[in-house]
Amino acid sequence: MKEIRVHGRGGQGSVTAAELLAVAAFADGKFSQAFPAFGVERRGAPVLSFTRISDEPIRLRTQIYEPDYVIVQDPTLIEVVDVASGLKDDGMLLINSDFDPETFDIDTKAKILTVNATKIALDIIGRPIVNTILLGAFAGATGEIQPESIMDAVKKRFPGKVGERNAEAIQEAYNMMKEARI
Amino acid sequence: MPRENKLDKEKMVVVEGSYAVAHAVKTCRPNVISAYPITPQTHIVEDLSQFMADGEIPNCEYINVESEFSALSALVGSAAVGARCYSATTAQGLALMHEVLFNMSGMRLPTVMTIVNRALSAPINIWNDQQDSISQRDTGWIQLYAEDIQEISDMTAQAYKISEDKDVLMPAMTCMDGFILSHVYEPVVLLEQDLTDKFLPKYEPEYTLDPKDPLSYGAFADPNYYTEFRYLQEQAMQNALKKIEDVANEFYDIYGRYYGGLIDEYRTEDADIIIMAMGSVIGTVKDVIDKLRNRNVKVGLLKVRAFRPFPADAIRNVVRDAKVIVTLDKNITLGLNEGALCTETKSILYNTDINVPVIGYMLGHGGRDIKVDTIERIIDEAHEVIRNGIKTESQFIDLREEIL
Amino acid sequence: MKILPGGICQAGTTRVNKTGGWRNFKPVYNYDLCIKCKLCELLCPDSSVIPREDGFFEFDYDFCKGCGICENECPKKAIDMVLEEK
Repeated sequence: MKEIRVHGRGGQGSVTAAELLAVAAFADGKFSQAFPAFGVERRGAPVLSFTRISDEPIRLRTQIYEPDYVIVQDPTLIEVVDVASGLKDDGMLLINSDFDPETFDIDTKAKILTVNATKIALDIIGRPIVNTILLGAFAGATGEIQPESIMDAVKKRFPGKVGERNAEAIQEAYNMMKEARI
Repeated sequence: MPRENKLDKEKMVVVEGSYAVAHAVKTCRPNVISAYPITPQTHIVEDLSQFMADGEIPNCEYINVESEFSALSALVGSAAVGARCYSATTAQGLALMHEVLFNMSGMRLPTVMTIVNRALSAPINIWNDQQDSISQRDTGWIQLYAEDIQEISDMTAQAYKISEDKDVLMPAMTCMDGFILSHVYEPVVLLEQDLTDKFLPKYEPEYTLDPKDPLSYGAFADPNYYTEFRYLQEQAMQNALKKIEDVANEFYDIYGRYYGGLIDEYRTEDADIIIMAMGSVIGTVKDVIDKLRNRNVKVGLLKVRAFRPFPADAIRNVVRDAKVIVTLDKNITLGLNEGALCTETKSILYNTDINVPVIGYMLGHGGRDIKVDTIERIIDEAHEVIRNGIKTESQFIDLREEIL
Repeated sequence: MKILPGGICQAGTTRVNKTGGWRNFKPVYNYDLCIKCKLCELLCPDSSVIPREDGFFEFDYDFCKGCGICENECPKKAIDMVLEEK
């Protein structure tokens, strides 16, 4: 079983990202589970969401304390939240940032990767919404999930032009991060 | 008898728990829906409103009201005219319905209401525990608790069939843990319309309110009569015990899915320690049991699906040869320092030939996550009880001593 | 009488429970004074003032409890309360 934790701010689509990841993983033939960290939703407040992916049906209902992967949608969270909390040593921390991974002083043995998802979002979607792009980057960096499955899930959730542009951005992020695959 | 749960992956979709419930309600072809939105129940009624707006629920009225009290009151009248009724609520909303809960069951009106379990204020807390429905246990409503979203979805159809049975005629609450199940996305087989039409026939009550053939509902019963109405309600609850089992079997025959009837068992066959629990914590407990069984720890799970009526005989049969019973409660009876499952379990073992110690743990209140190591610690303490007897009969397990 | 679950009962059963026997005083019309204003019919709490085809009214003594509201309200003093002979 692989466990993924998404850090974001209220309104950035962290919960949607976790859900889309679960939908995509199931399309890949796995079992999956996604849930939010049940906060009182406020725009801008730090939020958490979780996804589990497994070959077997998932029964566990605890929150995720020792993730294999962490996705950080907003680098300013790193100063406020211990984003690497419990992250496995052989895991991966994916940050949306235009800086190099070495720039970040994070207490973890896991590999840190960065992707400038905000730039991709502005270039292709025209709005700084990065949640779907980070899923593309995640798929590229980990190989845990097929990019087509993510694109299908996104197009189904956001029909029409919005979905199309998101899919394009996902592909871009996927290609970019595939080279950095862990 | 354990049965294989045939889940067809081809038929599964990944949806939110609330959507799965709303879809199940739609599939049961309700005639009247009335509900007032309240976190974390909101997504269910939003999805149902959407279905209504899209014309997907034929022959149905969605009555908008200003409170939960009115929502259930509207259903009292609707059920009396023979409508299949639905509502959903939680916590403070359920508490506000308290008076009407008695009316609905006292007038023997079948209804299904999803309770998205949440803690009661004060202090204000929107997260999960089961204090809300547990506190309504004497209102004459059947109470069923679900483990995952497949079960709560399927339980909706089962609950209609139980509630509408002529030997039962009692309203039913189907309970799902707030957020943990209502807001989770996971693969589920959405309740099938064709199978449901076969499983759940049209509701045809023997008596209905009809201006052409008037009857009185909600009549007055003086001391010469009131006792007998209470007696009949209890008889109906006893009838429901069998009906809940039968319906679970009928459901299995048609859909191929089974979660237990009144109870379910997991690896109890030779268990020294039997954990009893309700709701979403079941999944986590099963994972812990598998882990400990690999280390030859003889531990099993008794899942309580029906809390009302309370399945006394079914539980006695399972726990008879255990060395210790452990109850997990997401509620507390203040002033007794026990959760309700602990109290009820002890009560059904008294005056019997079964002499198994019962220890109770209260946990997961107000949304506190129930972790794997908490369950493991509880099982360690149960071993200690087997060795040296009970030291503490009932306690909180996840207290943060440092802030007290 | 067996009870039905839920306390469902036949409607309109007050018809068989004749309350006229409660009366001590019975209302009696003086049709010479009555102006057919209908106040007595309107105000009778037991629906015991029954209209006649000629526009006047009569009392349904099976159900009239003799409360005297009609006498009290009649603007023409056309109703007298007369002691029942029991």
